[in-house]
Amino acid sequence: MLGERQRAREEIARVVGAHRERIVAAWIVAQEGGAATAGAVGGEELREDAETLVSCLLEALTSPVPVEGLVARSAPLKSAVTGLSHRWARIGVSATAIARAVFSLKDSCAAILAEETPDLELRLDATELLCRIFDDAALLTFQSYVDGREEIIQRQNRQLLEISTPVVRLWRGVLAVPLIGTLDSGRAQIVMESLLKGIQEHEAAVAIIDITGVPTVDTAVAQHLMQTVAATRLMGADCILSGIRPQIAQMIARLGIDLSEIITRSSLADALTAAMRMVDDLRPAEEARSESALIP
Amino acid sequence: MSDSRVATAGEGRVSSLPIRAEDDLLAARHAVRAATLEAGFGLVAQTKLVTAASELVRNCYVHGGGGKLVIEHLVPPPRAGLRLTISDQGPGIGDLEAALTDGYSTGAGLGHGLGGARRLVDEFHLDTSPERGTTVVITRWVN
Amino acid sequence: MSASEIPILRLGTVLLAGLGSELDDKTAVLFADELSRQVADTGARAVVLDITKLDVIDSFAARILVEIATMARLLGARVVLAGMRYPVAITLVELGLGLPGVLTALSVEHALKKLSTPESPRERPGGSRVR
Repeated sequence: MLGERQRAREEIARVVGAHRERIVAAWIVAQEGGAATAGAVGGEELREDAETLVSCLLEALTSPVPVEGLVARSAPLKSAVTGLSHRWARIGVSATAIARAVFSLKDSCAAILAEETPDLELRLDATELLCRIFDDAALLTFQSYVDGREEIIQRQNRQLLEISTPVVRLWRGVLAVPLIGTLDSGRAQIVMESLLKGIQEHEAAVAIIDITGVPTVDTAVAQHLMQTVAATRLMGADCILSGIRPQIAQMIARLGIDLSEIITRSSLADALTAAMRMVDDLRPAEEARSESALIP
Repeated sequence: MSDSRVATAGEGRVSSLPIRAEDDLLAARHAVRAATLEAGFGLVAQTKLVTAASELVRNCYVHGGGGKLVIEHLVPPPRAGLRLTISDQGPGIGDLEAALTDGYSTGAGLGHGLGGARRLVDEFHLDTSPERGTTVVITRWVN
Repeated sequence: MSASEIPILRLGTVLLAGLGSELDDKTAVLFADELSRQVADTGARAVVLDITKLDVIDSFAARILVEIATMARLLGARVVLAGMRYPVAITLVELGLGLPGVLTALSVEHALKKLSTPESPRERPGGSRVR
């Protein structure tokens, strides 16, 4: 059994090795005829991809890597397949079309085997083995396609989080985060971190968290907001919460949090007015002097 | 595919530090800080893990009579992280519920050590008995 | 240099101490002793602790800081903690430690400015306990 497997493997290596030019040419013809990849991938690129795949396949077949899971275990073949999948996916080739292209390379190889292997039994074994290898390869293109997508989704998710929590400097020593949309725990955490980081970087004495655009908050988010206020105080700055809707006020009240310690204003404009008064009181004397004098 | 992941999972590097007395506290903090930097933790996550380690290492030599800290890099993608194991052969914690509640303390600190450390990490496991001593395993993931 | 290896400077009626990047338990205790002696000896009205460089405050260090504030207040001096880094602030809040009774400022400069104004009702401790 093992001997037959080994013979089949050697036979594929022999035939593919001897006729690689024909295999590549047949595959290119098939690809140029196929609607999905036609046009998207240039002729020169197709040839390069085909040659890389075929030579990596040969390398894997002649290597000591066991035939079970050959594609996953042979590093060059694996990277050739995933590389093809990533490159084609980037230029808009569908996952199905990529898998189909890999299958079509199997067809090219099988056609040559049919011509070049007279021994029927050996041909059958070799073709079966070929199918197994290419099935694995096609599955791998699918997996790496999905992985690539997943990575893009995660990156965009992170970018979206950053965009949706901008810390803006409204006045000397006054920062604000206008929050819009539903706040979940993860976003609340990011808001907290970027606001506190901003306070440190700008030496801002007052931070305004405006939640006019937040329809509702859950317990965890309300906790995060209160924690942000507490952390702000530890850093030596003050925090103003503005634009609290009635539902949110109820939520905070239900949590039993003592609001007397927190400065609140109904609108961002009111909060800014309050903040400007606060920083004027606190501004270091040095700074105030140099501003009123023309010559420092 | 999946077997390659399992293979790398076992390769997480492990280092161990003895905890005998207060002098080992700074060394432990340094080692954890270095590990968080290497693992790619953000500044806030670094500080949280170092602080949690500081609480547990202090408990280890104050209440447990010393032991060791094991730092383990968890590498299988997509989740990278750090796992710290702090163990001692001490008398164990009598009233665990109370020890995990803020304000309870039989030694130094504000009594926020154990409960506080738990809030600073993603996973927290505690095993304690008069025979086995106390072992705390904490894990924090990157991101 | 003081016994605790944390330098304490005297600026008029204000004592100013700059803490390093780490604070071990022994140094913290020595420093608290040294500071209370100096507050009593000099009759200082305020203490500013510059913690800009300090990158970890755990429950032990927090307890010492609260003790320093309480002790100074009993001796008639206000304590301002200046320049706490944001990861330290987040961590303390999550630990459930609000440093009751301790005043805070963004920097030493802000601390001195805060101290130059008389104690007002608006002035209040830096943290409330939030959980």
